[in-house]
Amino acid sequence: MTTTSTPRESVAAVGPMDSAQVVTVDHLRKSYGPGAGVQDVSFRVRQGEIFGIIGPNGAGKTTTVECICGLRIPDSGVIQVLGLDPQVHRAAIRERVGVQLQESALPLFIKVGEALELFASFYPQPADPAELLEALGLTDKRNTYYRRLSGGLKQRLSIALALIGNPQIAILDELTTGLDPQARRDTWELIEHVRDRGVTVILVTHYMDEAERLCDRVLLIDHGAVAALGTPAGLAQSAGGGTHLRFVPSVPFDTRMLTVLPEVTDVAREGQRIRVTGTGDLVGAVVRALEAAGVQARDMQVESATLDDAYVRLTHHLEEAQRP
Amino acid sequence: MTAHGLATQTRPSSRGFRELLKMEERRALRAPVGLLLGVLVPVILLVIFSAIRGLKQPAPGSTLTMFAQYIPVLIGMSVCLIALVSLPIPVVSDRQAGVLRRFATTPAPPSWVLAAQVIVNFALALIAIVILVAGGALFFGVRMPSQLGGFVLAALLCIAAMFGIGLLITSLARSPQVAGVVGTVLLYPLLFFAGMWTPKQNLAPTLQHIGNYTPLDAAVQAMDAAMQGHFPPARPLLVMAAYAVVLGVVAIRLFRWE
Repeated sequence: MTTTSTPRESVAAVGPMDSAQVVTVDHLRKSYGPGAGVQDVSFRVRQGEIFGIIGPNGAGKTTTVECICGLRIPDSGVIQVLGLDPQVHRAAIRERVGVQLQESALPLFIKVGEALELFASFYPQPADPAELLEALGLTDKRNTYYRRLSGGLKQRLSIALALIGNPQIAILDELTTGLDPQARRDTWELIEHVRDRGVTVILVTHYMDEAERLCDRVLLIDHGAVAALGTPAGLAQSAGGGTHLRFVPSVPFDTRMLTVLPEVTDVAREGQRIRVTGTGDLVGAVVRALEAAGVQARDMQVESATLDDAYVRLTHHLEEAQRP
Repeated sequence: MTAHGLATQTRPSSRGFRELLKMEERRALRAPVGLLLGVLVPVILLVIFSAIRGLKQPAPGSTLTMFAQYIPVLIGMSVCLIALVSLPIPVVSDRQAGVLRRFATTPAPPSWVLAAQVIVNFALALIAIVILVAGGALFFGVRMPSQLGGFVLAALLCIAAMFGIGLLITSLARSPQVAGVVGTVLLYPLLFFAGMWTPKQNLAPTLQHIGNYTPLDAAVQAMDAAMQGHFPPARPLLVMAAYAVVLGVVAIRLFRWE
């Protein structure tokens, strides 16, 4: 994570847009006893975007998507998916929304190809199973039993099953949890392919790099409520923004000569390295100050503020606000 | 997820159900617990019981040999094993692993998963019954039931009553281990009243009276009558029907997908 990924829309984060809204959630509430579940969540998902839902464990992410796909009945609030109420039009929603959920599995004795044929038979206009296997690199696994698949292959099959009904919306929950780095990257590419097919993607994750890399917009849920909503870059900016600068000084020096600079907001030591946080022309100001003091900066790295910063700041902030 | 919610769901094409049925057939062949219980157990029982010498004698107060009298008991045992083991455990394991949760996100009504499992196990139970009756007749000199219609009715109600118990276990058990223990605990009293270890007339009157209202005892009484040429009496048929309907309805009401 060295730079902020390019957001697909960099300006407005919230508010009506020209593209159609495929999911609207208004004041969703669903509790399972004190502290658990969702207290008050509202948001809109636009057609064709990759919409991320992030937040700490137990924040209510999964509950929210379970309500969207009609698996759970909200205590209160209004949900519309493609203009339909998931509780009333259960079958219609299931035909149009492909879902990959956490803690779901297939029977151990079923083969990859059979699973796709089986799931295809549930939908009125399914995708071609063979084509989908090809797209997900599963063709040579079609005769492999589910129980013999690695974690990465199971996830790929899971994506394939979420797409087999030719959905307009795909909901993917904690897709890359437990995958090795290469498999994660492959999965990310797959998700972008899915979007390129015209499918709106709702992606639940607790990995900030994943949300930053993939999502057009991100909803941050904490303690069952919306903590922030916007583009990854927008959120990073709103949470203080700025730049991180890291370097190894050639000789020890007094860091106070950096803290006095107007561009600098924070200076910290990380082992041998110095980390400077600030805004504006941070790099120029720091380099000039170091030069003037005869200090050389080695291994210099510049990082824009990331979604991770925003996440830590926003969730931390909420925790403090809720402290008695 | 609840039975209530399912009712409002429109049914997708029946092709989906046929595919689901195919999946359950594959399960039956690839994880052949049910097949062993439905085919192997009856064969073993026939061979073992035919080897007991004294059973060739005519049974006291009956037109059947003692071996023939055991055929309904063996049918009861086979159906019992299928209903208490092969029916509930795959569904309970699927629920625990999240398989039912996966199906719940598709247009396939979750009731299909149950229905497919019931149909496949029903077929297994029929196979077991055919093996016991036909095998007994062909190889061990047991006469075919002379009241065939009554016998078929009694056998079908036996399956239905035992499946009622099996479905209730399916709905209530949280894990396959729990389902297995409950099934095993139920198996012994059910078989005891059915006369597995001692003929029913040897029991104390109170126990005989209690036995009249257990499903396997009722099944054995009804099938025994049909084998002797009488249409089964109403009470055992009604007892079995009551188990099937009451437990079946309760089980479906209580069924959860996760």
